[in-house]
Amino acid sequence: MRLHEYQAKEVFAEAGMPTPESALAESTDEVLDAAESIGYPVAVKAQVHVGGRGKAGGIELAENDDEAREAADSILGMDLKGYTVERVLVEQAVDFVDELYVGVTMDRGAGEPVAMVSSEGGVDIESVAEESPEAIAREHVDPAFGMHHYQANRAVYDAGVDREVASDVASVLTTLFDLWENRDASEAEINPLMITGDDEVVAADAVMNIDDDALFRQPDLAEMEEAAAGDDLEAKANEYGFDYVRLDGNVGIIGNGAGLVMTTLDLVDYYGGEPANFLDIGGGAKAERVANALDMVFSDDNVDSVVFNLFGGITRGDEVARGINSAIEEFDELPKPVVVRLAGTNAEEGMEILNADALDVEQTLEGAVQRAVEQAGGAQ
Amino acid sequence: MSVLVDEDTRVVVQGITGGEGEFHAGQMMEYGTNVVAGAVPGRGGEEVHGVPVYDTVAGAAEAENADASVVLVPPAFAADAIFEALDSPVDLVVAITEGIPTQDMSRVKKRLGETDKHLVGPNCPGVITPGEAKLGILPGNIFSSGNVGLVSRSGTLTYQVVDNLTDRGLGQTTAIGIGGDPIIGTDFVDALSLFERDPATEAVVMCGEIGGSDEEEAARYIDANMDTPVAGFIAGRTAPAGKRMGHAGAIVSGSGAGTAESKIEALGDAGVPVGDTPEEVADNVEELL
Repeated sequence: MRLHEYQAKEVFAEAGMPTPESALAESTDEVLDAAESIGYPVAVKAQVHVGGRGKAGGIELAENDDEAREAADSILGMDLKGYTVERVLVEQAVDFVDELYVGVTMDRGAGEPVAMVSSEGGVDIESVAEESPEAIAREHVDPAFGMHHYQANRAVYDAGVDREVASDVASVLTTLFDLWENRDASEAEINPLMITGDDEVVAADAVMNIDDDALFRQPDLAEMEEAAAGDDLEAKANEYGFDYVRLDGNVGIIGNGAGLVMTTLDLVDYYGGEPANFLDIGGGAKAERVANALDMVFSDDNVDSVVFNLFGGITRGDEVARGINSAIEEFDELPKPVVVRLAGTNAEEGMEILNADALDVEQTLEGAVQRAVEQAGGAQ
Repeated sequence: MSVLVDEDTRVVVQGITGGEGEFHAGQMMEYGTNVVAGAVPGRGGEEVHGVPVYDTVAGAAEAENADASVVLVPPAFAADAIFEALDSPVDLVVAITEGIPTQDMSRVKKRLGETDKHLVGPNCPGVITPGEAKLGILPGNIFSSGNVGLVSRSGTLTYQVVDNLTDRGLGQTTAIGIGGDPIIGTDFVDALSLFERDPATEAVVMCGEIGGSDEEEAARYIDANMDTPVAGFIAGRTAPAGKRMGHAGAIVSGSGAGTAESKIEALGDAGVPVGDTPEEVADNVEELL
């Protein structure tokens, strides 16, 4: 789960991180009120989950009421890479002399957190990582101990940060690491961390991605989650709690376990069809969940046929068959042809229960995929 | 022969009084696995499927002489359950639980490195030596005994590939589901080295998927250290690139790494034939044997 900038900044400020004064606004009037109370100049920043907001016209500076009104009018309601901007953050514009990058993430290869500092902040840090990786100082952190203060210092000195602000930057990195750890983040980033003319440090942006698996112990952050914007089907998948990705093809795919669902997609492609989606019902799915999955894929207009591939382990074939039956009971005729293949735990019981008259039942994965591609109009 | 588990393995099931714990402990016993105890805090003294439940893993392992545990505990408590198992006499811990927070697993991995125990998982289907023992949730009926080792990041893909192997009469020594989480105990290289040392394993199937660089590392290991032939499969060729890849994550892993192409190429360079379909994987294994 990704926090919006304004949400991440609230979390930052609570932890004592230096952040600019700011206020959230949803209308031009609110922008003007906020700007007046903060004092010009201000930055008006779109609050949507996309990178590169500045370049895309989602961040404007305003020196006075006229400019603030203009910025608000142009940003509020704009379409930013597929997302409609409904809120902006009005923020004190920081007069800076230097910009740094500070970040913490999990290095999955090492199995340990890594803290990073770069003096080349304020730009596309991914290009820096690719073109001059030595410009980013990295410190791996023992997850059992947390980050030692010397490590924060070493990262800051290795990154060549100006000595006048080194100690303040190290303290920002320590705070960021503690936030990353205490709030179960997968990523926490400040880009840019601004250095002002009088050697103050200010977090001018804030990125926080929270580990979805840890939301149970971060109830205040879980409340900040919103339905995925921009796509009704994805919002629906979110509601049902499915791992779902919409694709461009016409063969709908439902299965259990990411590896097997991906393999089913690959086979649809291999036999000349085009996958319409990735939908993983997950482990141990009960009948209702299976019915919801079919409902999801039936609601996608692009879908011409559906392949339901289940290989039970922790998931039981009889439960899945009951789910399929209850989903198709609602129809006199199915809206799209459905090919079912059941294998594994309780698959035999499932096959006995399954209302096979309304469905295509296949014994093998390859057979099921080929049949579904055929039903969708054959190989492309 | 087999690796990690056999008919003598004595198993404690952590979480045996829960719905999944009870069901799958029963399935394991039906398969012939020596389930000798359960461990659930506060439930000591009870019985499930005729085996005694203890309050602690150490208590269960000492009383019943157990040497392995299977963790079927909800995610919020699972990391603690693994720590407990690592602090007990059992040598092998198989963690089935899906959805353990990554930071918890980072600490578990650190602790694991300070022991000489094996952890398989989490978020995995478990380990099976066909006809002898299964530790986990794998459907036993699709496996058969033979000379092919199997290691996979995906549970259901393991079942699919095993089904294709068994159909051809290609039985398995042991199948290890290592799990799909970012941080896991046993990785491809660990599992491949176990199979390389097992005289009964005459070929190995390795099933990977997009993300991370474990398959690329495994390819380097196979090239440098393995005499036993390996057949590969990589899931996710058609998966769209760059879904929800956070900035900082992309910095660490670099770009271009973790794609199906990069994994298939690395395996190809190490002399590993990578099948386009699970059927083709079975064809390739037949040729390697």
